[in-house]
Amino acid sequence: MGIITIERKVLEKNDELATQIRNKFKDNNTFVINIVSSPGSGKTSILERTIEVLKSKIKLAVIEGDVQTDFDAKRVEKYNVPVVQIVTNGGCHLDAKLVKDALENIDLKGIKFLVIENVGNLVCPAGYDLGEDYKVVVLSTTEGDDKPLKYPKMFINSSILIINKIDLLPYVNCNVKELRENALKINPNLKIFETSCTTGEGIKEWCSWILENIKD
Amino acid sequence: MHELSVAQNIIDIVKDNVPVNNYTNVKKVLLEVGEFSGIVADSLLFCFDAIKLETPFKNAEMEIRNIPFKLFCNSCKSETTNTFGIRLCDKCKGYDTNIISGTDMKIIEVELDS
Repeated sequence: MGIITIERKVLEKNDELATQIRNKFKDNNTFVINIVSSPGSGKTSILERTIEVLKSKIKLAVIEGDVQTDFDAKRVEKYNVPVVQIVTNGGCHLDAKLVKDALENIDLKGIKFLVIENVGNLVCPAGYDLGEDYKVVVLSTTEGDDKPLKYPKMFINSSILIINKIDLLPYVNCNVKELRENALKINPNLKIFETSCTTGEGIKEWCSWILENIKD
Repeated sequence: MHELSVAQNIIDIVKDNVPVNNYTNVKKVLLEVGEFSGIVADSLLFCFDAIKLETPFKNAEMEIRNIPFKLFCNSCKSETTNTFGIRLCDKCKGYDTNIISGTDMKIIEVELDS
């Protein structure tokens, strides 16, 4: 029977679902970010600070992804924001199917801003489109300034970099100037914010950027 | 880390696109894997071998063609291949480059034997 040429992308099913979800977000005028990072870089803390600022201004919702537990959803619930927890049971990333299923439990009508907090992992979530407007990669100062060079794919595929735990700079071996340069070598178009969830530094600028992107 | 689910995707896509059944054997699946596709070729081969047990894939071999990370420079119009993911043009040392290959993962062809 010989050779059959098919030329299909291996992740085409994920990409098809992501396009469906993206259209759904568009229909509802929902601005969507997919937050990715290593475990413990402060994704959920940034999310909490963000909710505190934006809650009175716009209607928002959250999808939480974790390998196990609903700890993060419980943290978000305290703010009376609609939240759905996805537990991947060992899965190393969220995919478009998991997000599509989670959306069954969120009424997007009127939701201006949706945050998808991915599983903490600086490798696998990079390859999976979830229908978001932007991937936002968080890197904390405790992780070191060389990470963009060591985990390039995540920085290639992200549009925004948040350098978090900026308040710890006096105590850690991290050169922010070098971190920025390394990140921009991998992705010259990255927009970069510096934040601290403890002192609140940079949160205002980050939230202003979100508001600029909210669709009417 | 997710090579197992990727191997399963590959089997599903082949089943959907090629007329395979219990009387046809898949001899070979040819893949193109970009250097920055996020997949480790050895691990994918291992996972494919682990799950191909059922016909018509049990005798299938997977061949992986590595696709290098390549850039096109918008300033000097030259191409650069690098292994680090850095967006620097080798020739003019500028960063105004577009990625032209090395981030995708594709099934190119399937060889059948009936």
